[in-house]
Amino acid sequence: MTFTLRASIVLSLALGCAAVQAKPLVVCTEAAPEGFDIVQYTTAVTADAASEALFDRLVRFNPGTTEIEPALAEHWDISPDGLSYTFYLRKGVKFHSTPWFTPSREMNADDVLWSIQRQHDPKPPWHAQSGRGFPYFEAMEFGKLIARIEKLDSHRVRFVLNQPQAPFLADMAMGFTSIYSAEYAEQLFKAGKQELLNSQPVGTGPFVLQRYAKDAQVRYTSHTDYWDGEPASEKLLFAITTDPNVRIQKLRSGACNIALYPRPFDIPALKADDKLKVLELDSLLTAYVALNARHKPLDDVRVRQAINLAFDKQAYLGAQFGAEGASPAIAPYPSTLLGYNSQLEGWPHDPQRARQLLAEAGHANGISLSIWTRPGGGPTNPNPSLGAQMLQADLAAVGIKTDIRVMEWGELIKRAKNGEHDLAFMGWAGDNGDPDNFLTPNLSCAAAQSGENQAGWCDTEFDQLITQARETTELQQRAALYRQALAIFHEQAPWIPQAHPKQFSAISRDVEGFTLSPMGSNNYAKVKRH
Amino acid sequence: MFAFIARRLGLLIPTFFGVTLLTFALIRMIPGDPVEVMMGERRVDPEMHAQAMERLGLNKPLYAQYFDYIGKLAQGDLGESLRTRTSVWDEFTTLFPATLELSLAALLFAGTLGLIAGVIAALKRGSLFDHGVMGISLAGYSMPIFWWGLLLIMFFSVWLGWTPVSGRIDLLYDIPPVTGFMLIDTLLSDEEGAFVDALRHLILPAIVLGTIPLAVIARMTRSAMLEVLREDYVRTARAKGLSPARVVFVHGLRNALIPVLTVFGLQVGALLAGAVLTETIFSWPGIGKWLIESIGARDYPVVQNGILLIACLVILVNFVVDILYGLANPRIRHQR
Repeated sequence: MTFTLRASIVLSLALGCAAVQAKPLVVCTEAAPEGFDIVQYTTAVTADAASEALFDRLVRFNPGTTEIEPALAEHWDISPDGLSYTFYLRKGVKFHSTPWFTPSREMNADDVLWSIQRQHDPKPPWHAQSGRGFPYFEAMEFGKLIARIEKLDSHRVRFVLNQPQAPFLADMAMGFTSIYSAEYAEQLFKAGKQELLNSQPVGTGPFVLQRYAKDAQVRYTSHTDYWDGEPASEKLLFAITTDPNVRIQKLRSGACNIALYPRPFDIPALKADDKLKVLELDSLLTAYVALNARHKPLDDVRVRQAINLAFDKQAYLGAQFGAEGASPAIAPYPSTLLGYNSQLEGWPHDPQRARQLLAEAGHANGISLSIWTRPGGGPTNPNPSLGAQMLQADLAAVGIKTDIRVMEWGELIKRAKNGEHDLAFMGWAGDNGDPDNFLTPNLSCAAAQSGENQAGWCDTEFDQLITQARETTELQQRAALYRQALAIFHEQAPWIPQAHPKQFSAISRDVEGFTLSPMGSNNYAKVKRH
Repeated sequence: MFAFIARRLGLLIPTFFGVTLLTFALIRMIPGDPVEVMMGERRVDPEMHAQAMERLGLNKPLYAQYFDYIGKLAQGDLGESLRTRTSVWDEFTTLFPATLELSLAALLFAGTLGLIAGVIAALKRGSLFDHGVMGISLAGYSMPIFWWGLLLIMFFSVWLGWTPVSGRIDLLYDIPPVTGFMLIDTLLSDEEGAFVDALRHLILPAIVLGTIPLAVIARMTRSAMLEVLREDYVRTARAKGLSPARVVFVHGLRNALIPVLTVFGLQVGALLAGAVLTETIFSWPGIGKWLIESIGARDYPVVQNGILLIACLVILVNFVVDILYGLANPRIRHQR
């Protein structure tokens, strides 16, 4: 054995004993981050590169679940009326020291106030600085929800809401509530360089941005003073690799250790490769067809049930997502979420019963309906025209004549909001793992009135249950309410729930500590190579 | 000569406006808009959509948007990306060296190999080698770049392990950008082995991008050589007893090169078009990949001005080639 070889073995053993891994963790990502000022963005890759790697929030999701646990807030109180949330901030939390900023103090209430007020308060100078607005803050209607934010002392902050909202805690775990350094913001403002917030970020998160080479790589080093313990890998590198095939080849050749988002059709081959591991999880996506209950004869529950019975879900899933790409949907949200009613069984594919139901409803001679779908595919509907044709054939088999209308997504949403459609292929991407995030925007009576609920279906009992659940902070009680609500949804059949597409990642066998999150975000704080 | 240059310059103006109008219109013809793409599967509420469009200045009538765009262009303002909020010019100048480096490597590969293969094929006309070169070049010309790239990756990178799969350099090297040309930057850095690694990363993408130009150059060289070798002055040179090498390279190739150089010039446009696919396969952070992603995100300013900059470049190269012809060939210069 040569001296160099011996020396390198001794060295690697010595390094192997150290707590922090010297081996860099290389992740092949699907795209380049758009920036690092996360509140301006909504894409998954930007969330991974910014909110997960660089920032923390007051609370966070327990890895791999939708449960909330403390993060920058050690604990919190909720007033009995559900209107006021007091967060007790963790002490000793350090911001990143970077070539562009050296913090003089630890994280405190001022940082929390700055981070939320910037989005909430239209006063200059920071609100207008984001030319893109604050898409998530606006989409979650935080402007209307939050009445005010108060600093009680240096480590206590109170959020006062305009109405009780149990999912508020889950909202506070989302990327757009990341805590920025107010001190750094002031430094940038004084220097007249506010735009640098997007390219030279400072957070409290597990990794510190070292360098971003546009469209090529993002380099991080570990934040050694991280409040949740030093990250498991000393270096984290994102290799931006847009082609899914190439990501897999790079994983196979060892050029990266984690390949995100392999295509569902490649999964069987990846599973057969014993050098790799495939992780999979139901994502917070629901593909469905909204049945417009405002239109006759879809106002008759028997017709809606008949359509569900006529639909061959298994064949549809296989053709759209591949053998393993999606789980069949029964309810509006996947089974990983609170209050999922596991006693529900999906409508079977039973054309004969469908025909019977139609006859009972007085439509033995058949009916005519329109099917609306979009031209280009998306995660919940990879091949819209194929999907629409499959539904058309299923419905034709029970005597329902349909014509397919393909229209641009924006136009479809607008006209479906006006209730012009009969059947419309839709999708929903959940944001925070809270059931309310699926139910209220899509199935409440208020949404039926505003048109967001494309089924136009308004069931007072269902609506009361979800309203009550939204205002209840006790988890068991909430879960029970949702189970009842889902039973009504199933019976009333305002949708054809189609699929919950799965998310996949392929990793090399030496990677440990990596879990997929139902929210679709990837956090590498506890991931290392052995 | 002055009138000739002025005439050529005069032609640039309508070309320039044509390009702005075309890119402006084409990107807006694709269904979807930046806000819709931004919100993806989470459907965007029409009210919020309208607000966001207003913020981005996309709510105005199309003609007003076009005049805004031209007005800004006249002041040299290329605008900023709707996604990243950085200026289009900054993004272009950051990414362009990567594309240029790849294109030059591809041209070097295609030029050297194409000339050699073309000359030998012409000299051994009708031989097995000649048929082989012509057959392979036809195949090369018809090869779908995407498929060809993946095939080479599977064979050389995954199976044989000779070359890296993608990227410009191994991520273990941290090379700060100085010139943007990785080969130069690695030489400037202290990292040992980085230059060789960067060179290894360049091989496959250069071959893939250079395949079509290689086929064109090889065929062009062959036919030009065949023509020249039939000329009287070549026969005279042979009759004078000059060495075969001198006849082929000095009297033959030098004259055959004129049409080949034209093809070289034309290949600049082809290379930039090919770069779009090659960069996507090899995760090469250049302007091709940048444009593809910007089209996906409906990032109007980037697409419009990115394509405009590339078009200017192609126009410029063609302009220079035209001038050079004029210098070389008085018959072109005096054409009316």
